[in-house]
Amino acid sequence: MNFLMNPLILVTFFPVVGVLALLFVPGERKNALRWVALVTSLVTFGLSIWMLTLFHAGNPELQLGFKLPWIQVAGWNITFAMGIDGLSVLLVLLTTFLTPISILSTWTAVEERVKEFMVFFLLLEVGMTGVFLAQDLFLFYIFWEFTLIPMYFLIGIWGGPRRIYAALKFILYTMAGSILMLLAILWLGINQGTFSVPDLIAKGGIPANVQMWLFLAFALAFAIKVPMWPLHSWLPDAHVEAPTAGSVILAGVLLKMGTYGFLRFNLQLFPQATVKAAPWMALLAVIGIIYGAAVSYAQKDVKKLVAFSSVSHLGFVMLGLFALNPQGIQGSILQMINHGVSTGALFLLVGIIYERRHTRDFDAFGGLWKIMPLYGALFLIVALSSMGLPGLNGFVGEFTILLGAFGSKAIGSPWFAGIGAAGVIMAAVYILYMYQRMFLGPLDKDENKKLKDLNWREIVTIVPLLIVIVWIGLYPKPFFDLMAPAVGKLATALQAASVAMLH
Amino acid sequence: MTQSDLYTILPNLALVTWACVLLLVDLFIPKGRKGITAVLSAAGFAVVLGLTLAHAGVEQTAFHGMVVLDGFSTFLSVLFLASGLLGIALAYGYVKRMNIERGEYYVLMMFSVSGMILMAQATDLIVVFLALELLSIPLYVLAAFARPRAESEEAGLKYFLLGAFATGFVVYGVALVFGATGTTALSGITPDVLSSPSTHYLAMVGAALILIGFGFKVAAVPFHMWTPDVYQGAPTSVTGFMTVGAKAAGFAALLRIFVTAFPALDADLVPVLWGLSALTMVVGNLVAISQTNIKRLLAYSSIAHAGYVLMAFVSFGKAAAKADAVASALFYLVAYAITMFGAWAVVIALEKAEGRGLEISDYAGLGKRKPFLAAAMTVFMLSLTGLPPTLGLVGKFYLFRTAIEGGFVGLAVIGVITSLISAYYYLRVVVVMYMHEGPAETSGESWLDLTTAVTAVATVVLSFLPAALFALASGAVLKLF
Repeated sequence: MNFLMNPLILVTFFPVVGVLALLFVPGERKNALRWVALVTSLVTFGLSIWMLTLFHAGNPELQLGFKLPWIQVAGWNITFAMGIDGLSVLLVLLTTFLTPISILSTWTAVEERVKEFMVFFLLLEVGMTGVFLAQDLFLFYIFWEFTLIPMYFLIGIWGGPRRIYAALKFILYTMAGSILMLLAILWLGINQGTFSVPDLIAKGGIPANVQMWLFLAFALAFAIKVPMWPLHSWLPDAHVEAPTAGSVILAGVLLKMGTYGFLRFNLQLFPQATVKAAPWMALLAVIGIIYGAAVSYAQKDVKKLVAFSSVSHLGFVMLGLFALNPQGIQGSILQMINHGVSTGALFLLVGIIYERRHTRDFDAFGGLWKIMPLYGALFLIVALSSMGLPGLNGFVGEFTILLGAFGSKAIGSPWFAGIGAAGVIMAAVYILYMYQRMFLGPLDKDENKKLKDLNWREIVTIVPLLIVIVWIGLYPKPFFDLMAPAVGKLATALQAASVAMLH
Repeated sequence: MTQSDLYTILPNLALVTWACVLLLVDLFIPKGRKGITAVLSAAGFAVVLGLTLAHAGVEQTAFHGMVVLDGFSTFLSVLFLASGLLGIALAYGYVKRMNIERGEYYVLMMFSVSGMILMAQATDLIVVFLALELLSIPLYVLAAFARPRAESEEAGLKYFLLGAFATGFVVYGVALVFGATGTTALSGITPDVLSSPSTHYLAMVGAALILIGFGFKVAAVPFHMWTPDVYQGAPTSVTGFMTVGAKAAGFAALLRIFVTAFPALDADLVPVLWGLSALTMVVGNLVAISQTNIKRLLAYSSIAHAGYVLMAFVSFGKAAAKADAVASALFYLVAYAITMFGAWAVVIALEKAEGRGLEISDYAGLGKRKPFLAAAMTVFMLSLTGLPPTLGLVGKFYLFRTAIEGGFVGLAVIGVITSLISAYYYLRVVVVMYMHEGPAETSGESWLDLTTAVTAVATVVLSFLPAALFALASGAVLKLF
C-alpha cells in the first residue's frame, strides 16, 4: 500500500477521487459540482507542492519514482513506471496550477451540463499529469492518447458554433501523429526488449539510420501537438471553438506535451538523429515564429490572434530545444511555463470580455480602458508579458533561448537566432495593435458603455497568474535552479553524441 | 471409440444432447412463455462452460487424431460459450418485443455454438468441414428468423447461398490438399510432403481455396459482399451473435490449419495474406465512413476488424512470431467480442419495431437522456477505434507488435492509418449522442442493460489489467506446434 502514498501517484490520480465524488452529486446542484471540482483541483495542487518539497533540485536523475511490473508475459516487458526530474517538475506544477484557475473561470461561463464538464476536466488533468510523469512508453502512450478524449468532449459539447468540426479536426489531427509513434514505440519495445524510458536511454545503441526513422515517427506526433509549422492548422480552430477553460488548458498545458515529448523522448532516445536533425528543426521553428507572428497581425478576432501567437511562441520553444545547449534548453523549458501562464491569462481575459459581449471582434470594441480600467490594466500587463517586455517573464525565456540558439553548434548558424529575434519585434506589433484597437481610442459603441469591470472571482483567477509573470520576470533563478542539473546532464549526453558522430 | 475419446468431446456432447432435449421440451412450453426455453438454454450453456473450465489444462487427442483437446480449443470454447450466453441476453427481450419469439431460436444457437467448439477442436480437415456446416446451417436459419419480414428472409437466403458457395471452396481445397498429401489429418501434412515439387503447387492451391472459403466466413475483403446486407437484415440479436461467434470460429479454423499444417507454404501465401489483410482494413474502414445505418456501420466495422486480425495472421509461418500471431489474434478476438456485444446491446436497446431506431441520427440526445448508456457506447466506440482506456487499444497494440515482429512494418503502417480513418466514423456516433439534440429513447430491458454495463466495465478494467488475459492467450497456443 506504500505505493498508493507515492507523491507522483497521488498527484496524478487524486482528481479521480473528485470524479467519483462528482458522480454522486445531483446534476441540478451546479454550485456544489463546481465546488467539488475546484476543491479537488486545489488539493491536487497542494499535493504537487508537497511533491516539490520532496524533490531534490540538485539531483539530475529521476526522483520519487517507482517501477512496478505491469504486463510481464508473452515477451512483454511493460512496467508501471513513473518518475520526475528537472525536465518535468515545472510542467507538472504548471498543470496543477492552471487547472483550478480554469475551473474557477467556468463559474458563470458554463451553465449547461456542469457535471459532465467537471468530470471531463478532472480526467483531462489526470491524463496531462500522467504524460509528464510516465517513464514507460506504453504507459506514456496511454496517457498521451487519453488526453484527447476529454478535450474532444470539452470542445465538442461546450464549444462555439463550429465546435463539432473543430473537435473532430483536433482529435483526428493529433491521432494522425501519434499512430506512427505507436509503431515506433513497438519497434523499440521489440528490439530493445523494454518499454522503460530510463532503460532505453541507458541501453542506446540504435543504428543511426533506424534512429532517424524512429526520430521522425516520434517527431511527427509531437510536432503536430506543439504545433510546428506547417502542421498547425488544427490549432486555430480548436482554440477558437473551445470554451475558455478549454483554451487555457489547451494552450497552457496540452501544447507543452508536444515540446516535452521532444525533450524527454526525441532528444534522449535518439541523440544522434537529434543532432543531425537540429538545423532542420530550427528552420521549421524559425518559420513558425515568423509565420505565426505575421498571421496574428492579420486577425480580427482576439481569440484567433492569441491562438496564432501560440504558433509563434512555441517556435521559440522549439528553437531553444534544438539549440541542444544548456542555455537553449533551459530557456525553452522556462518559455514553456511562460507561455502557459501568459497565454493562459490572455485566454482568460478574452473569455471575460466574451462572456459580457458575446463577440471577440476588434471592431466591436474600442476605448474599453475608460469603462473597465482594472481589466485594461491587467490585460496590458499580460500583453506586455506575452510580447517579451523586460522585467516580465516572456523576456527572460526568449532572451535565454536566443542566447542559446545564437551560440549553438548544433544549429550551426547564428542566422536562425537573428531571424527569430525579429519575431520578438513582430510580437510587439501585433499585440500592441490589438491592445490599441480594443482599449484605446474613443468609447463609441453603445453596447460597451454599460460594461462592468472585473468582479472578485475574475480578479482571483487572474492574480495568481500575474504573480508568476512578475516573479519569473524579476527573479527567475529558483525556476532555473530546478531544471539546471537535469538539463546539464542532457546537454552533456547530446554533446557526447555529436562528438561520437564526428569520429 | 473409447472412453477417453468421449471425454475429450464431453462438453460438446453435453451441449448437443441438451439442445436435442430442449427441442422436445420446447414443444410443451406454451407460446408467449418461451422465456423458459431461453433460461433453460442459458443454464445449458452455463453447465457446459463449467465442464469446459473443469477440463482446462487437460491435453489429449481423440478419435485417431481427428479431434484434440488443448489450451487453444479450451480458450476458444470458453469464448464461444460466453458468446452463447451473451447472445441469449441480447435476444431475451428483443425477440418478444419484435414478435418473433419462438423456442427454436435458442436451440439453434446451441447447435451453432457446438459447431464452433468442434471447429476449435478439429485437427482433421474432414472434421473442420463438418464443424463448418454444423455452425453455419443454424445461422442461416437464424438470419431468416424474423420471417415474414422481407429483409430477414433476404438475409437468410443470401447468407445461405454465399455460405454454401464458400463451403464449396473449402471442400475443394480439402480435396486438393488430400490429393497432394494423401491425408486429411493436419498432423500428416508435414513440411516434407509439402516441399516436394510434384505436390507443392497442388497443396498450395488447396490451401488457397481453404483460405478463400474461410475468407467468406470471417468476412475478409473481397469476400465480404454478403456481410452488410446479412448483418442489416438479420434480427439484431442474431447479428450480434454472428459478428462475434462466426468470425471467431472462422479464425479458429484458419489459425489451427495454417499454423499446424501449412507453415511450409509461408513464402507462397504471405503475399496473398498481406494483400487480403491490407485490402480488408482499407475497404472496411473506408466504406464504413459513408454508412448512416448503425447496423451497416458495425457490419463494415466487423469487416475492418477481420483485417486487423489477419494482420497478425500473416506472421503464421515465421518461427519467431507465430506464437505471438496466434496469441495476439486470440487476445484481439476476446477484446473484439466484449466490445461488439456491448455495442450490439446498445443498438438493440434503441431499436424499435419495423426496423426503426437504427439510423445513427436516432442516437441524437442519448448523452442527455441516458447518460450511462451513452457513456458505455462511447467506451465501445473508443475500444473499436483503439483509444485508451479500453481493451481495444491493448489488443491493437498486441496485433501491431506481432506484425512488426514478423517484419511486416508496411502492413502495420496501413493498420494504424486505417485505425485513424476509423476514428472518424466511430466518433461520429459519439458526436451524435452528445452534441446533437434529439429524443433518443430506449426499451430499458434489464438483461440488455446488464450486458451493456458488464461489457463496458470489462472493456475499461481489463485494459488496465490485461496481464492475466495475455497469459491465458499466450498459454493457449503452446501445444499448437
